[in-house]
Order: sequence, then C-alpha cells, then structure tokens
Amino acid sequence: MSEISTKNIVIVGNGMVGYKFCEKLLAKSNRFNLIVFGEEPRVAYDRVHLSEFFSGKTADDLSMADISWYSDNNITLHLGDPIKEINRETQTIYSSKGLIQSYDYLILATGSAPFVPNLPGIDKKGVFVYRTIEDLEAMSRHAEFAKKGVVMGGGLLGLEAAKALIDLGIEETHVIEFAPRLMPRQIDQNGSKLLQNKLKELGLQVHLNVNTSKILGDEEITGLQFADDTIMSLDMLVISAGIRPRDELAKQCGLEVGPRGGIVVNEFMQTSDEKVFAIGECALFDGMIYGLVAPGYEMADIVASHLCDIEKRFKGYDMSTKLKLIGVDVASFGDPFICEPDCKTIVLEDSNKGVYKRINMTTDGKHLLGGVLVGDAEAYNMLLQTVNNKIVLPPNPEDLILGVRGGAVAEGAGVISLPDDALICSCEAVTKGTICSAVIDQEITTIDGMKKCTKAGTGCGGCVPMVKDLINGTLKENGKYVKNVICEHFNFSRQELLDLIKINNIKNYDEVLDTFGKGDGCEVCKPAVASILASLWNDLILKQATIQDSNDRFLANIQKGGTYSVVPRIAGGEITPEKLIVIGEVAKEFGLYTKITGGQRIDMFGAHLNDLPLIWKRLTDAGFESGHAYGKSLRTVKSCVGSTWCRFGLHDSVSFAIEIENRYKGLRSPHKLKGGVSGCIRECAEAQSKDFGIIATEKGWNLYVCGNGGSKPQHAQLLAADIDSATCIKYLDRFLMFYIKTADPLTRTATWLNKMEGGMSYLKNVVVNDSLNVAEELEAEMELLIKNYKCEWLEVVENDEMKKKFSHFVNAPEVKDPTVSFEPLRDQVMATQW
Amino acid sequence: MNQDVMTACEWVMVCDATDIPENGGACVKVEDVQIAVFNFARRNEWYATQNLCPHKQQMVLSRGMIGSAGDNCEPKVACPFHKNTFSLQTGKCLSNDELEIKVYPIKVENGKVYVSLE
Ligand code: SRM
Ligand SMILES: Cc1cc2nc3c(=O)[nH]c(=O)nc-3n(C[C@H](O)[C@H](O)[C@H](O)COP(=O)(O)OP(=O)(O)OC[C@H]3O[C@@H](n4cnc5c(N)ncnc54)[C@H](O)[C@@H]3O)c2cc1C
Ligand code: SF4
Ligand code: FES
Repeated sequence: MSEISTKNIVIVGNGMVGYKFCEKLLAKSNRFNLIVFGEEPRVAYDRVHLSEFFSGKTADDLSMADISWYSDNNITLHLGDPIKEINRETQTIYSSKGLIQSYDYLILATGSAPFVPNLPGIDKKGVFVYRTIEDLEAMSRHAEFAKKGVVMGGGLLGLEAAKALIDLGIEETHVIEFAPRLMPRQIDQNGSKLLQNKLKELGLQVHLNVNTSKILGDEEITGLQFADDTIMSLDMLVISAGIRPRDELAKQCGLEVGPRGGIVVNEFMQTSDEKVFAIGECALFDGMIYGLVAPGYEMADIVASHLCDIEKRFKGYDMSTKLKLIGVDVASFGDPFICEPDCKTIVLEDSNKGVYKRINMTTDGKHLLGGVLVGDAEAYNMLLQTVNNKIVLPPNPEDLILGVRGGAVAEGAGVISLPDDALICSCEAVTKGTICSAVIDQEITTIDGMKKCTKAGTGCGGCVPMVKDLINGTLKENGKYVKNVICEHFNFSRQELLDLIKINNIKNYDEVLDTFGKGDGCEVCKPAVASILASLWNDLILKQATIQDSNDRFLANIQKGGTYSVVPRIAGGEITPEKLIVIGEVAKEFGLYTKITGGQRIDMFGAHLNDLPLIWKRLTDAGFESGHAYGKSLRTVKSCVGSTWCRFGLHDSVSFAIEIENRYKGLRSPHKLKGGVSGCIRECAEAQSKDFGIIATEKGWNLYVCGNGGSKPQHAQLLAADIDSATCIKYLDRFLMFYIKTADPLTRTATWLNKMEGGMSYLKNVVVNDSLNVAEELEAEMELLIKNYKCEWLEVVENDEMKKKFSHFVNAPEVKDPTVSFEPLRDQVMATQW
Repeated sequence: MNQDVMTACEWVMVCDATDIPENGGACVKVEDVQIAVFNFARRNEWYATQNLCPHKQQMVLSRGMIGSAGDNCEPKVACPFHKNTFSLQTGKCLSNDELEIKVYPIKVENGKVYVSLE
C-alpha cells in the first residue's frame, strides 16, 4: 500500500449506518481522511433500542461510541451541523453553519424520517413522531399530563411506540391501523387476529380499517375524526405510518431518486454519480428501501470494501424480524406469505393458549421457505437458520412448530449442529464459527464479553438467546471443539477460504494473503492455498512455484539425498510393450532404480533435479503424461482385468478404470485421491479400500466412497447401487467436487466423512438426492476443471524458462549436486541412508 | 540484515537477482560451498543461509518454502523434508532447539546478488 495522497471521504449523517461505515472502513484501511457531518446534536446512538430510553437507559448508554472514539481514530466530526447543499461538479459540500468541505468520495447516510400524512391539523401540539432521542424527550414531557394516547400505524414501529406509551404511564392506549391487519408487512390475517387478542390482554385497544381524516383541537390536539365521521378523543398522538427516505440533498444536487423517494444505488451502493454513495435507510436498491439495521450495516461494508478495492456486492437482504419489547412474541421469517400451491403450509392455531404458527415449505417438503410465529417465537432463530442455511427438514416437519413429542429427539437439532459459517448475528455478520472460537480461544463465556469481542448481539439483539446457547453448547463440548483455521496467517477454515477465493475470483496467493490473511504466509497455508487455487481454476501450478509444497514445486517426489522419483501415468494399470520399453531405456540411461508400485504402475527413483526435464522429454515424446505421484491429486484408478479376459467378469472394468482415471487426472484436491474398479464382487482391484470404488453388478455398477488404506484402513461405503456408467460418473463428479470444496487441508475422504454431521446418509442426500440443490453447480465446476487439464510435465518440457528452474545451482546450471550419492542394491542402486 | 555495519566483509557476486524466484529460494555455488539464497520479494528483503539442512544432512534448504512466524513476522524457511523451520534472520531453528543454521550477509546492487562468506 504505497498510496501517499490521502483521500477525503465525507459522510453525511451520523446515524447507525454512517457510524458503522466509519468503523468498517477503519478496520480495512487507514489511508483515508474521514469527515463526518451529523444533523443531530449527539454522536450516533442505537436507534433500534431507542425504546429502552423509557426504561431507564440514558443517551450515553445508547451511544454507539464515545465521542473520543472519533478523535482517537482521526475522524473529524461536526455535530448539529446538517449539510444543506452539495456541488457535485466541484465535489464540495456546504454545511448549515457555513463550513465548506471538498470530498473525493461522498457517503450519504441520511437515514429516513417518519412519514407524516398531510392531514388538516397535523402540526398541533401533542402530535409526535418516534425516531430520535429528542422525540422521546418531548413525548415524556407531554405524557405527564396525558391520560389517553393513540398510535397511528399498526406496524412494527407503531406497536413498539404503543408499548412505550404504556410504559410512560398512559392509562388508555389505542392503536389505529389503515390496513385490515396488524403488522401488514410481516404477518398474515390469522396471525394478526391472534396478536390483536394478545394485545388486548396487555391493555392495548386495536382498531383496524381506520381512515383518519382530520385532527381536532385548537392549539393542542384533542381528538381524531375518521372518514366515517366518527370521533375519538385523546390527549396525545404518535404517528408511525411508515418512513420516508431522506433524499432531499440528493434531489438538490440532481442525483437519481426513485418515484416514491430513496436515492437510487447500484450493487456497490453507488448513486448515479460514481463518487457519491448512499447507504442505510436513504438508499433505494432494486426498488426497495431497507428499513432495518442489518441490511444498512451490510451496505456500509459494501462501500468500505469497494473503497479498499475489495469486490463485494449487495444482493438484497433478508427482512425477517422479531418484534421486541411488546410482551407478545411475534416474528416472521423468510417468505411468510407464499401460499399453496407454490408451497406446502403447516399451520398450528391454538386460540386457547394464544399461539399461532405457520411454516411454508417447498412442495417436496425438503426445505423451509418462511413462516409466521405469534404468541411463541422461541423457535424463531432456529427456523430462520433453517431457511438461510437451506437445512434439510426432518421427516416430520411439523415437529418444528409443535415441539418434539413423545420423548423423541430430533436429529441434529439445536444451534450447535449448525454449520460453522451459519450467520448467527445478521446485524453484525457474525458466524457461528466466530462465536465458538471466541469461547475456546479467548475463553469468553458471557454475553457481554461476547459482545465486546465479536459484536454479536449488539445490533437488534435478536440473536442473543442463540449466542447464549452457542456459548453453553461449546462449553459443554468442553474444549473438544476447535475452530480449524488453516494457520496463524489465515483465520479461516479451508472451506471458508475456498468460498472467499472463489467468490472474489482471486487467482494468486499474494492477493489471497493481502485480502484475507496477515503476515507473510508459511509452509502450511501456501500449499493449502495452492491446492485451493488449483482446485478452483486448474491453472498450471508452476506459475506459482514457490507456494507449492516441495514435491509439487518440482513435479516429482523428493527422496532421501535430494533426488527425485518419476512416475508416469499408466491409467488403469494398462501399458503397451512399446511404452514398457521406453521406461526401461530411460531408466537405464539416467541410472534410475525401477519398481512396480502398489498403485499398478512403475516408479523410477534417484533422478537428479537437473535431469528431470530431460527424462520427461523422453517420456512425453513417447506419449506418457505426468502421473501426479507428487501432488495432492488423483493418483491411480486401480483395475482388475474384468470381463475382457476373466471368466467371472461382468463388465469391462479396465476400460471403465481408464476412462475414470483419464477423466480426473490432474484434479487437485485437499488430499490425494485413489480409485478402483473391480469386474465382480471378488474385488481383485480392492476398490472398497479406495476414496472411490466401483464394483460391477449384474445390472450395472455399485459405487462405494470414502475408503482408505494407509495407517487407519477403512472400508468404503455404498453410495449408489446398480447404476449405469453415466450415472456413476455424474455421482462421482458431484462427490469429488463436494469433497474438494468442503474438506480441511490434508484430509482424506474417509476422515472427511467421519467428521461429517449426518455421515453417509447426509452425503448420499447431497450427492444422489441433491438436497443442497448444488448438483448442477458441482457438475459444472468439475467440467471446467476437466476442460482445463493439461499435462504439467509437457508444459515444462516445452518451455525453456521453466526448464531452467530445474537446476541445483542457479549460477552453475550444468553442475549436479555433488553431495548426492548412491549405494548398490541387488542389480540396481539405492539412496545412501541417513 | 545488518550488513551496513560489516564494512570489512568481502562480497562475492553469486548470481543475477532474476535467477532467484520471487518469494522463494535457489541454491548458488561459491567455490565448494552451497548457499541458499532467498528473494523475499513480498517484504523486499534478501536472505542467505547454508543449503544444508542440519536435521538429516540434506542439501535442500533452498528448495523450502519461506514465510513468517509470530506477531513480529520473523522471516523463516521450512525444510522440504520434515518441515523443520529456521529463522532467516538468526539461523535459529524455530521447531527444534538443537538445530541451527548459518546465515550470511547478502546485498543486491544493480540487479546482482552478492553474499559474504566471512
Ligand atoms: C511408490 C509407492 C510405494 C511402492 O513402492 O509401491 C508409495 C510411496 C509413497 N507413499 Fe504411498 N506409495 C504407494 C502406494 C500406496 C498405497 C497403495 C495404493 O495406492 O494402492 C497406499 C495405501 C492406500 C491409500 O492411500 O489409501 C499408500 C499410502 C500412503 C500414505 C497413507 C495415506 C493415508 O491416508 O493414511 C502416505 C502418506 C501421505 O500421503 O500422507 C503415503 C505416502 C507415500 C510417499 C509419497 C511418502 C512421501 O511423502 O514421500 C512415498 C513416496 C515415495 C517416493 O519417494 O516416491 N502413501 N501408498 C506407491 C506408489 C503408488 C503409485 O503408483 O502412485
Ligand atoms: C424506535 C425504532 C425502533 C427500531 N427497531 C428496529 C429493530 O428492532 N430492528 C431493526 O433492524 N431496525 C430497527 N429500527 C430501524 C433502524 O433504527 C434503522 O434502520 C437504522 O437506524 C438506519 O440507520 P441510518 O444510519 O440509515 O439512519 P439513521 O440512524 O436515521 O441516521 C441518519 C442520520 O443522518 C442525519 N441526517 C439526515 N440528513 C442530514 C444532513 N443533511 N446532514 C447531516 N446529517 C443528516 C439524521 O439526523 C440521522 O442522525 C428501529 C427504528 C426506530 C426509530
Ligand atoms: S509405506 Fe512408508 S516407507 Fe513404504 S513407500 Fe509408503 S511412505 Fe514410504
Ligand atoms: S532433513 Fe530437513 S527437516 Fe529433516
């Protein structure tokens, strides 16, 4: 980062999102000059928990950061000084107090204002909105003398305001709503009915289908007149009829705004002027204003990333919500309104207990789409996770809302069973993995500690119960759980890192390190990233030779004494006499020890580094390709002779083994991969001890996966029976790609399966039933890798620059390492022992 | 790399800077001595050590991966054989107290790499 000139970033609005933007940008870079203008007289505060002002929290308690935070971080802060004009041509802004400030980038985080309908008498004393601390202060002064209060608007905020009126000691509180139901954006008709009854118990009268026409009173409000000319008397009115984005500045300077308001932004939150961004409730993305804090924070992160050249796009945001404070549980998640026949719906209605629950599932019953909970929203967090993580539903999905009956224990239930990358706190984008590792690595065991450490639960607070469960669950597992980060340079698991690299389309190690890691890397993360890059793009690995493990760097296995072994591919173990002769001649000429390997091919040992390109020239000329004996990649697909000669053979196992070996040759993976194909159940190819094994049956093939030889042998398990060759290859594509994308570094398929939640039945679901809906993607990714395959050795042999790297002394390329020595062994040689 | 203070040492030109791969190493021959030269391009630093890994007496350190260890980012090289790691600054083995390697002063001028065997 050699940037010398610091750029001015001016932020208009010091609300929740404006503040979060500063915080996010500082975390990524300190090369910008931040200048903030806020209209309100105080530093940014937590508007989401504004109502807690009435239960004793002070403005200080609510503030997002101390005022000293700004100066500590070199942020220039102007409070109580709204911007009144923007000149985009000169890139300057003008404040109400007369300050003039130029900008390189301008961030509009002006939030929204309550929508106040244009009713006669709306400006009378005693009419309030509910947005700022000042609004609340004014309300509580007025409430001292008020007996009857009304809230206009039965949405999320309106109900919260109504609760506030009760807390303020107002004797009689009413909610009036224009629509035929409460929380019209969140819950359905039945849910609303139940909620209405519940609210009554709390002393809240609800009136639906009410259309206000006039506000009565002289100077001070005394009542409302409705469209049907009925009148309701009252002492104070709180208007909560929706929000209007504050786009007045944007309009003034000619930025594009939506027909119903809101500053139009693209997926980088850029307005129609690329130097000007809009985030939070003032931004209109894809025709939508996001009136919640979590999407606002995401937008802040998008812009901060963008300014630091990290590509991240806003893709819309989940609008699931849970009502807080009111004393009745209400929640909606995912798509609450979708109806049959587009989905399958289960409804539980218990008017006796005051509980209404509805869940919407895909028509095949496998996945949850959304739902509504009234009266008991305990399951909210789990259900939301089930939607967001596309978790496969249990066989009796009604258990999700009924609770488990008859003492049966739901399989895999509970937060602890969620994947590591499950988003727990969506306001602050904190994953399960982050929370669990804070428990283990930093011994954080309290909610407060967790908030400080990870920020989880500091937004809307909806995830706090889940965070608690995670802390307890992790403690219960008692240190058994360890976040498997790659090494000290990357705080990610291999799977997380692979996803990040893929999403961001990164192709080289240094960029990966700069973007997601720290320090200068090491012998653990370099080959791990090299393997990920190869698995994703299948580019020639020698282009980044120095991040490859020693064997991959020289495309050969290093042996005792510093010489190398040479293993050409002999697919399926089948080789012509001509090729056998070439191997013999090459070995003779370069003095190599030869041996038939356990993988049905021939290994030549004892090659000098300098000789490798010469040896491979001879081999590639004869039609051999690299056998990848050095790589974490496909080794061999062992075959038995099968139906071509064997009297028991059911199908041609040699041809199928060759086809499969050639299909996956060069495929880089978390660990090496081996396969086998046997022509009948006598299993001469030992297919069941391989990562994938195929055994001929009368009707087709049986496909077994996740076997292992090695120090802890394990038999492969049946994935699919009696399938035809095409299906077998399709399942193999999916299986291998799924493994490549999700396994930890240096984890063979057997270990990977052993660690997998749900084990073989889960794997079968993913590969055969496509339960994650990723099959097509996996197949396409595999197709790409196969298409990009090239023999690495052929590329080296044809490239003089690369050949040069195969010398022991760079300043004396013709000299071989004089310390290499051999000893005689039978009729050949072996390495001198250490 | 405090070669500034070692004004008296005798520099030997060993190779072109471009002979050594970025963020990796290669071996050079100075008389009969094998020296591993590392081009830590990411940090804009150069290091030279003995090529012999003291663990099993293998002439391979130049083929190892380089990187950093710890919060102070100590530069290091890992032997390809058993992944013992050595500080490029001090030669101390970071994974085994009993091992140590020799480090040599090194400088790059006008695209040429110089080491001092003193
Ligand atoms: C050459 C060969 C032995 C032989 O002479 O037959 C061999 C040699 C090595 N094996 Fe092997 N294995 C060989 C077949 C096997 C087999 C048998 C098979 O493939 O059918 C197995 C058991 C089956 C399995 O993998 O499940 C086998 C299980 C291992 C393991 C243990 C893997 C595990 O999951 O536990 C290692 C260690 C590792 O990979 O981390 C290993 C590692 C090695 C290494 C690469 C050790 C190393 O890192 O240097 C050896 C390289 C020697 C060299 O200098 O080239 N080799 N190795 C065989 C080469 C087969 C080939 O043509 O590619
Ligand atoms: C009572 C209440 C409860 C809520 N509960 C929830 C909840 O449970 N969950 C949830 O997700 N969301 C909730 N919200 C919504 C949430 O608070 C907002 O989504 C969030 O505050 C939006 O942040 P923002 O920065 O975009 O806007 P704001 O926080 O409104 O900040 C915008 C700031 O910009 C200032 N400004 C405007 N124009 C100018 C100008 N020209 N010059 C300088 N400054 C200017 C404004 O004065 C304001 O300070 C609640 C909101 C309220 C009011
Ligand atoms: S079994 Fe051990 S000694 Fe034999 S080849 Fe495999 S790794 Fe080497
Ligand atoms: S020979 Fe270097 S670590 Fe063993």
